[in-house]
Amino acid sequence: MVIFNFVKKNIRRTPYQALTATMAMFLAFLAFSSFLLLALGSQKVLRFYESKPQTIAFFKDGTKNEDIQAIQDALNSTGRVTKFKYVSKEEALEIYRERNKNNPMLLELVTANILPASLEISALTPDDLKPIAEVLRKEPVVEEVVFPEDVVAQLAQATKFIRTIGGSIVGFLITFSTIIIVMIIGFKIRLKREEIETMKLMGASTWFIRMPFIIEGIIYALIGAIIGWLANYFMIWYFEPILVDGNNLFYFEISQILLPVSPIFMLELLMAQVVVAILVGGLGSLLAVRRYLHL
Amino acid sequence: MISFKNVAKKFGPSIIALEDINLEIQEGEFVFLVGPSGAGKSTLLRLLSREYLPTSGKVLVAGEDLAKIKSSQIPLYRRKIGFVFQDFKLLEDRTVFENVALSLQVRGIIDHEIDKEVEKTLKLFEIWERRNLFPRQLSGGEAQRTAIARAVIGKPKVVLADEPTGDLDPQTAWSVIQLLGEINSWGTTVVMATHNKEIVDTQKRRVVSLKEGKIIKDNKEGKYEIH
Repeated sequence: MVIFNFVKKNIRRTPYQALTATMAMFLAFLAFSSFLLLALGSQKVLRFYESKPQTIAFFKDGTKNEDIQAIQDALNSTGRVTKFKYVSKEEALEIYRERNKNNPMLLELVTANILPASLEISALTPDDLKPIAEVLRKEPVVEEVVFPEDVVAQLAQATKFIRTIGGSIVGFLITFSTIIIVMIIGFKIRLKREEIETMKLMGASTWFIRMPFIIEGIIYALIGAIIGWLANYFMIWYFEPILVDGNNLFYFEISQILLPVSPIFMLELLMAQVVVAILVGGLGSLLAVRRYLHL
Repeated sequence: MISFKNVAKKFGPSIIALEDINLEIQEGEFVFLVGPSGAGKSTLLRLLSREYLPTSGKVLVAGEDLAKIKSSQIPLYRRKIGFVFQDFKLLEDRTVFENVALSLQVRGIIDHEIDKEVEKTLKLFEIWERRNLFPRQLSGGEAQRTAIARAVIGKPKVVLADEPTGDLDPQTAWSVIQLLGEINSWGTTVVMATHNKEIVDTQKRRVVSLKEGKIIKDNKEGKYEIH
């Protein structure tokens, strides 16, 4: 309790330094949680596509059930298929209506006739997608074949990029924040040199003198981490409706995989940030104490 | 209680702060250290506070060789000593009450006990009414009484006072001396460095005179003599 009173007085005595430290921490942790969310999100999307390898064949108008059955038989014989799902023109319209329920203009323009029937073919592994697509492309009744080989490759590349760049930026900001903590706590130690001398003569132990400075550093990092986390939660809340909007198929698909973000996950993210904040604040102030506080 | 045995203190190869100091101070004594500036009074007190170590010789307090105290044990040793300074050294962002309480807080005493003890001490030193004021709001006498209250609240065996009346007007200086005398009457050993001739001459207490780092006189009921 005594030590927390010291911390409170230290912070109140130099509010601008406290603000600077907290803002630096906020920026670092905002970047930290943003890149962490991006990295985890892209990883989840990648895993989704990898775990559900699927090829879609869109049929020309007038394709008969027998033709579709023949294609299914041919694919079954390859041993690469786990499941088929036929989507009729009417079902395709239902899906389209559901995705665009908030846009009456788009609903008015489309009828079942202009949407193609399709066959969704789930493969055993992502490596099976290409041979399946090749079989489908040879079929005269198939208009177009879509499979996410490129999407997976691009996602893997994007995930790697986010990890590398994000990791570097977060690493830089964490180092920068730690140095800010060292500087501010170091400055405060020099400012209170005479008080520290007096306390030493009064018989204050080393940790009694050190601890308020260390806790102060941790408090700056913790406040920055919590505000950074709140800012991220706010951004998710703000951008969620934009992602869910059915007008952009890519966004819509991504949003189906990622949203809604689980509150449990966000709490886990907060916990992770709190741990990192304690480490950054503690390490920064400990370095300052070791560098400037000679007891 | 306090023993200096052939103590010398040098700063670098050429500056001799103390030389050949042999001094015994008994428990419950009140000793004035007098001498011109640079005579070694403050160095002697700093050896007692274990801020300095002697270059040679031994400093013993209650039989304990201060040079042999481990770094981690120094705070425990210092809790047995009360310090009073010329410039008070009160913590500016803490009230009178908090400044005095700090002395007990560093000892790990519980809040309830601290509150009781601080109230008792501040009333004894007649600064209870000033308990919520900050040091800058106090007069010199009130600030020094607060500093003395802080020094003695932990019931130290020894009080070291370095020019405690140096910044005070004569009337206030006298009240501080009376206060230190009262503390001495409780059985506390008091060692006070001072330039105040009038106080030393009228107190009729032991006076140790220092000059150029050496003890030149040590009289039981001494006078202020620095030559």
